[in-house]
Amino acid sequence: MTNSLLTIITFVPLLGAILTLLPWGKWLGLDKAREERLIKNGAIAISLLPLGLAIALAAGFNPAAAGFQFEIKVPWITALNVHYHLGVDGLSVPLIFLTTFLTTLGLWYSARTIKTRVREFFFLFLLLETGMTGVFVSLDLVLFYVFWELGLVPMYLLIGVWGQPKDKPQYSAIKFFLYTMAGSVLMLLAIIGVYLSVGTFDIVEAAKLKPFADNFLMASLAFWAFFIAFAIKVPSWPFHTWLPDAHTAAPTAGSVILAGVMLKLGAYGILRINLPIFPDTFKAYGLVVVILGVISIVYGALVSLAQWDLKRLIAYSSVSHMGYVLLGAGAAGLAVGSKELVDSGAMALNGAALTMFNHGISTGALFFLVGVIYERAHLRDLKMFGGLSSKLPYYYGLFAVTAFTSLGLPGLAGFWGEFFVFRGAFDIVSIWAAVGVLGIVLTAAYILWKIVQYVFLGQYDPHKIEHWTDPATGAEGHEPTDVARFEKITLWPLVFFMVLIGVFPAVLLNFFNGTFVALLTGLVGK
Amino acid sequence: MTLNDLIFLRPELILLVTAIVLFILDIAGRRPDPVTATRQPKPWLPYVALIGLAAAALGLLPGLGQTAQVATMLAADPFAIFFKALAIIGVALVILTAIPYMRTRTPYRGEFYALLLIATVAICLAVSATNFVMLYLAMEFLSITSYILAGFFREDRKSGEAAIKYFLYGATASAVMLYGMSLLYGATGTTDFGGVAQALGKLGGSDLVWLGGPAIILMLVGFGFKASLVPFHQWAPDTYEGAPTPVTAFLSTASKATGFAILIRVFLVALGGLQPLWAALLAAVAILTMTLGNLTAIRQTNIKRMLAFSSIAQAGYILIGVAAATTGGSAAASPFGGVNGVLIYLLAYLVTNVGAFAAVIAIENRSGKVAISDYAGLARRAPWLAVTLFIFLLSLAGIPPTAGFVGKLFVLARPCARR
Repeated sequence: MTNSLLTIITFVPLLGAILTLLPWGKWLGLDKAREERLIKNGAIAISLLPLGLAIALAAGFNPAAAGFQFEIKVPWITALNVHYHLGVDGLSVPLIFLTTFLTTLGLWYSARTIKTRVREFFFLFLLLETGMTGVFVSLDLVLFYVFWELGLVPMYLLIGVWGQPKDKPQYSAIKFFLYTMAGSVLMLLAIIGVYLSVGTFDIVEAAKLKPFADNFLMASLAFWAFFIAFAIKVPSWPFHTWLPDAHTAAPTAGSVILAGVMLKLGAYGILRINLPIFPDTFKAYGLVVVILGVISIVYGALVSLAQWDLKRLIAYSSVSHMGYVLLGAGAAGLAVGSKELVDSGAMALNGAALTMFNHGISTGALFFLVGVIYERAHLRDLKMFGGLSSKLPYYYGLFAVTAFTSLGLPGLAGFWGEFFVFRGAFDIVSIWAAVGVLGIVLTAAYILWKIVQYVFLGQYDPHKIEHWTDPATGAEGHEPTDVARFEKITLWPLVFFMVLIGVFPAVLLNFFNGTFVALLTGLVGK
Repeated sequence: MTLNDLIFLRPELILLVTAIVLFILDIAGRRPDPVTATRQPKPWLPYVALIGLAAAALGLLPGLGQTAQVATMLAADPFAIFFKALAIIGVALVILTAIPYMRTRTPYRGEFYALLLIATVAICLAVSATNFVMLYLAMEFLSITSYILAGFFREDRKSGEAAIKYFLYGATASAVMLYGMSLLYGATGTTDFGGVAQALGKLGGSDLVWLGGPAIILMLVGFGFKASLVPFHQWAPDTYEGAPTPVTAFLSTASKATGFAILIRVFLVALGGLQPLWAALLAAVAILTMTLGNLTAIRQTNIKRMLAFSSIAQAGYILIGVAAATTGGSAAASPFGGVNGVLIYLLAYLVTNVGAFAAVIAIENRSGKVAISDYAGLARRAPWLAVTLFIFLLSLAGIPPTAGFVGKLFVLARPCARR
C-alpha cells in the first residue's frame, strides 16, 4: 500500500477523467442538466480522494529520514533502461498537497461557474491533475517528461475553449503551448544527453553519477537546455510573455491552476534536476540565475504597476514573485561546495520552496477573487471599479487578507518565503539581494495603490457599472451582491492556510529544511 | 532460381494471385443494370483483398529471423520483412478507410483494390532488392501503379492533375536516378549492392569521391522523390490534395516508407564506404525538409495539403535517423543504434498518419469538405471523431504519451549519441 500510494494519488484523477466521459445520462435516465450536475459533483468527489491521500502522505512522511520515500521502481521500457520510478522528498510532498488542494477548489468553483461543455471541462481538469501530480512524483527523466507534456494539452484546451472570447483565447492558448513546447524540445535533448553520458534516465542515479563531469561545454549545454525549459514555465524574464496572455484568457479555475501549480513545475524542475544533477555547472552560472531572478522581481513588479486590467496585473505579479524563487535557487547554486555557505544556501532554498507554496495559495486566491468580481461585473478594468468596500465588505475583507499575503506582510504566509530567500541571499550575493529587496516595495505599491485603492477605496459610483450579475442565482441587478456561499467555501480554506503558515511556518519548513540541508551537505563532499 | 527460393516469395505470390483473382471476380458474371445501364460492383471485393493481405502477412511468419539471398537479386532479411509487414499493415488500413469512401464515388472499385495489392507487391520487391536492376524495376512498378491510383477518379480534374503531376515528376526523377545507377555501374562493373561496395572499397581518395559523389546526388533525386524530401517534394502537395484520399494515405505512408527502405539499403550497403559524404548531404536535406515542410504546413487552409506538408516535415525527421545511422561497432548495439530509430519512427508514423487520413476521410464522406475552417465545431458535432483526430495530430506533433513521441525520441537520440 505504501508503495502504491503515489501511483494512486497520480492516477485516480485520470480514472475520474475517464469516468466523466461515460454516458451517465443515458444509463441512469437523467436529463442533460441532471447529468451535468452528476458529472460536476462526481468530479469533485473523486478529487477529494487524492487530496485525502496527499494529506495522508504528508502525515506518513518522515522529514528526518534521508532520501526519497514511498518509492516504487519497476522497469517500464527495458530496452532503454527507463523505469516507472516514483518517490517523494520534503520538496515534493507539500507541492503534491498544493496540487490536489487547488484542483479540488478549482473543481468546486467551476461546478458553479462553468456553464458550457461541462463534461469536457471536468474531464480535462482531472486529466490536468494527473499530469501535474505526475511531475512532482517522477524520479525518471522520461516519466518526468511524459507527465510534463501531459499537463500541457488539457491546459491548452482549457484556455482555448473556455477563455473569454474578447481576450483572444485561441491566440493565448497557442502561445502558451508553443512557448512550453520550445522549452520541452530543449529538455528532451538534454534528457537524451544525460542518458548518453551516464547511461541512465534515473534522476537519483544521475545526481550521483554527475553527467558530463569532465566536459564543461556539454554540461553547460545540458544545464541551459533544462534551465530554459523550466525558466519558460516559471516564467522568468525574458521568457515570460506568454503568461499575461494565458492568464487573461483562461477561465478562473484555469488561471488558478496555471499560477498555483503549473508555474511551480518549472521551479520544481530547477530544484529537482538542475541543482542536484549539475551542481558544479549551477555554481558556475549561479550568478546568471540570480540576476535573472532579480530582473524578474523588479521588472515584473514595475510592469504590474502599469497594468489597468486586474487579471493582467496579477499575472505580472506572478513573474515578480517567482523571481524570488529563482533568486533563492541561484544563491543556493552559488553556495554549492562551500562548507560555510551550506546554512545560507539551505535558507535560500527554504525561502524558494516556501515562496512556491505560498504563491500557489495567495495567487490562487487572487485569481479566484478576480473571478468573483468578474462574474458580477463582467469586466476587469481597474478604472471602472472604486468604492466597492462599502458595497462588498465581505469581499473586501477576503481580498485584503490575500493582498497582504501577496505583498509579504509579516504574520501572513507570503512574508516567510521572502524572509528566508533574503536571509540566504544576503549572505551569498548581497548586492543583488539588495536590488531584489526593491521588489518588496514595488509589490506593496501595486497592491495597495492599484488594487486596494482603485477597487475598494473612494466613493462608489453607481453609474460606472450599471449591470451586475449575482453568480449564485444568475439574477441581474443595479447593485453588486456580496460573496456567495460557494465562493466563501472556495476562499476560506485558502485564507486559513495564509494565516496558518503566517504564524506557524514550521508546518512547511519541517518538510523543506531537512531535504535542502541534506542536498547541500551532500554536495560539499564532492 | 530454384523452387526453394519461391518459399521466400510467398507474400509477393499471394498478393499477386489475389490481385489477379480480384480483377477476374470484378468482371466475372457482371451484367449492366437494364434500367440504369450501369454495372453494380460486388460489395465484398475489398474483403477479398483484405483476406489476401492477411494471408500474405501469415506468409511472412516462417521467414522471421532468417537471412537468405533469393534469386541473387532479392534479400530475405529482417529489414525486408519489417518493411513488407509495414506495407501490408498500411495497405490493409488504407483499404479499410477506402471501403466507405469509394462506395459513393465510383463504380469501378474492384480494380482499385487490385491495384493497391499490386502496389504492395512492388513495395515488397523494392524493399528486398539488392541489385540496382531489380531496384529500378521494382520502383518503376510501384510508381506506375501509384500514378494510376492517384488519377483513379477519371472524371475529377483534380485527381487527373494529381496523377499527371506525380507522373511528370516521377518520370524525371526516375530517369535521373537511373543515370546515377549507371555511373556506379560504369565505375564498378556490377549492379549488385555487395559487388558495388567491394569495388568501391578498392578505389581510394579522390577517385571514390568523384565517382561516388555524383552517383549519390543523382540517386537521391529518385529516392527523395519517393520519400518526398525537399527539394524533390513539389509534387506532394498537389498530388496529396487531388488524389482520392485513401490513395493519399497510401502515398504518404507505405510508399514513403519504401523510399526510406531503399535509401537505407542502398546507402548503407552499397555506398557504406562513402558514409561521411552522404551523411552530410542527408543531414542538410533533413534540415531543409523539416524546416520547409513545417513552415509551409502552417500556412495551409486545406487539411489534405496541410497533412501533405506535415508528412514532408516528418520525412525530414526520419532522415535525421538515416543520416546518423551506424553500421557495426558497439554503438550499433545500443538501443539507439543502427537504424532502430528510423524503423520505430516509421511504424509510429504509419499508424498515426493513416489514422489522421482515416479521420479526414470520415469527415469528407459525411460533409464533402476538406478545408480546415470547415472543421470548426467538430468536437460538438462528432465528439469521438474529434478526439481521435486530436490524438493523431498530437502524435504527429510528438507529444507524449503517443507513439509519435517515442519515434522522435529514438530518432533524435541517434545523432546525439554520435556527437
